[in-house]
Amino acid sequence: MEQLFFYIFAFAAVISAILVISVRNPVHSAFFLIVTFMQVAAIFILLRSPFLAAVQVFVYVGAVMVLFLFAVLVLDMGKETMKEHLHGQSIPAGVMAVILFLLMCYMVVKGRIVANPGSYGEAALVNNTEVIGRELYTRFIYPFEIVSLILLVALVGAIALVMQSKGKEQGK
Amino acid sequence: MIFNNAAIMQTLNVNLNAVAPVALMTVLAIVLMVIDFFLKRENKFSLGIVTLIGLVLILPVAATTVDPAPAFGGMVIADAYAAFFNVVFIIAAIFAVVISNDYLRKISSERGEYYYIIIFATIGMMVMASANDLVNLYVGLELMSLSFYILVAMRRSATGAEGALKYFILGAFSSGILLYGITFTYGFAGTTNLTEIARMGVNLSSANHYLLIAIIMLVAGFAFKIAAFPFHLWSPDAYEGAPTPVTALLSVGSKAAAFAFFLRFFGGAFHEFHAHWAGLLWILSAATMLVGATVAIQQKNIVRMLAYSSIAHAGIILIGVVVMNGFASAGVMFYMFVYAFMNMGAFTVVALMARNDGTGKSISDYKGLAGRRPVLAFVMALFLLSLAGIPPTGGFTAKFFILASAIEARYYWLAAIGVISTVISLFFYAKVIFYMYMKEPDALDDMAPVTQAPSTLAYNIIIFITAVSTMVLGLCPTPVMDMAIAAVSHL
Repeated sequence: MEQLFFYIFAFAAVISAILVISVRNPVHSAFFLIVTFMQVAAIFILLRSPFLAAVQVFVYVGAVMVLFLFAVLVLDMGKETMKEHLHGQSIPAGVMAVILFLLMCYMVVKGRIVANPGSYGEAALVNNTEVIGRELYTRFIYPFEIVSLILLVALVGAIALVMQSKGKEQGK
Repeated sequence: MIFNNAAIMQTLNVNLNAVAPVALMTVLAIVLMVIDFFLKRENKFSLGIVTLIGLVLILPVAATTVDPAPAFGGMVIADAYAAFFNVVFIIAAIFAVVISNDYLRKISSERGEYYYIIIFATIGMMVMASANDLVNLYVGLELMSLSFYILVAMRRSATGAEGALKYFILGAFSSGILLYGITFTYGFAGTTNLTEIARMGVNLSSANHYLLIAIIMLVAGFAFKIAAFPFHLWSPDAYEGAPTPVTALLSVGSKAAAFAFFLRFFGGAFHEFHAHWAGLLWILSAATMLVGATVAIQQKNIVRMLAYSSIAHAGIILIGVVVMNGFASAGVMFYMFVYAFMNMGAFTVVALMARNDGTGKSISDYKGLAGRRPVLAFVMALFLLSLAGIPPTGGFTAKFFILASAIEARYYWLAAIGVISTVISLFFYAKVIFYMYMKEPDALDDMAPVTQAPSTLAYNIIIFITAVSTMVLGLCPTPVMDMAIAAVSHL
């Protein structure tokens, strides 16, 4: 039963992800991206991670997508349609993608997950948020701190790149 | 549940000493950010001086921070190997910062952000070199890449935008592939910790197909970072578009960081499966050497030529990863060390030759340089000969160690391809030397001063240091090589 739901969500996620990059209208593709994020959130719930699911919905669907749609509106991109410039590479690229897909299918089916389920059983995962918080602040504290640097760089970089063109105009 | 804080601290091994270089670099970056806020646009150059002083002070700390016990729950390992690479990164960053000052004035883009983003990129490299966990690797890699995306885009021009966009899109895509490889590694081994993977290595079945997927994906992500064929297409454009000091740091630092981690990964965690990944890297190495050397011949722009030459170098360094014994790994470390000096030196000359309007990067601009600037032409020839691998320069010794290790391990074909690639590459390096010494300048306006910078002192110091180091490493490689061998023995 759970597997059935997994496949429903997974197929919906993949199909909407393909639609994101194949529809011409940027607003439509933004909405398909929301659909993909929702499906992934549903898969997180199946994996007993309601916290991640909630974060996925809040952060990606809520904040990021609203910002993205806002940018689309401000830039008035909705009317234009995005055109592809593949320079006749689409056929070889498609063939390669299909070959890669089939190879990966074969290998994934043949391979075995030997990973042990981890130190947290289903009972411990009831306190999902607590578990994630504790892991983040103990075992993963170092990468967690580095991630804060990444956010800082992203923030500074975004401002630096935008202000650069502005500063030049004012200088002239 | 009762949590015993002392016990948790015990198992975590929170060792601030082990991460002291990274912590100090972060402090430096944040101090720079605060100072930048108070500086006027004309005074931004003083930020470069503060950066330089900070880096020079941190260098001895990074060199002496050696603590082979994994810290922070096995995430970080600050062994001699990491310290060696940290020194390479900081040296490269120092060179880049010193030549940046004047270069930024030339392209009239004096930005304070520039300096601390260089520091953040260096922090990312240091995190990668001391990572003992794939999670930590990924985070460090992203910090480094994100900083470089911004730095490459710092020059507002058509080539700059093209290079930055290519680098950003392909870079984001390749880190997705790398992440996919990490998930398969987790599915295969049940952990992302390198020490634990290595410990379980013998018990894990090598017939598991997840192993193959993990290897292919990780190698693809790795090959992108070192710009190996066929993942090299971003590098000439990004190198050409970026400010020249950034190009120099990108070609030395990000390459060294990728090699630092993957040497640890393939040599430590996946050593048990050498037979599985060595073949793939063999093909990658051979193809990279040949493509890099042959395509470089047609290049008209010196930065693009150096980009392809750095691709060919990546191929030769890959030989050391394929061979993967103590001597070969030490050879890779030595190569990166020498490469930092000779490549930085060559790029410093390129930055000095670049004119204010952005020209001066064509190989034909070097015509007759020996007549006008004999010393500059001589050191440029020295760097190019070292890159080509001519004795008695450091480049020769580095190539010699790698090729010798390949022959010792009976990789005769790979060593032969390495020698062929070296011979081909001699052609395009010699072309620049030929232009400098044998040709007359095109027009009279070439006789104008090469640079209108108020001081070329910074350039001269860097060129002097790199030239002397390149020669010393060629004549007397033993101390550095001994350090590398000692560092590898604990891996």
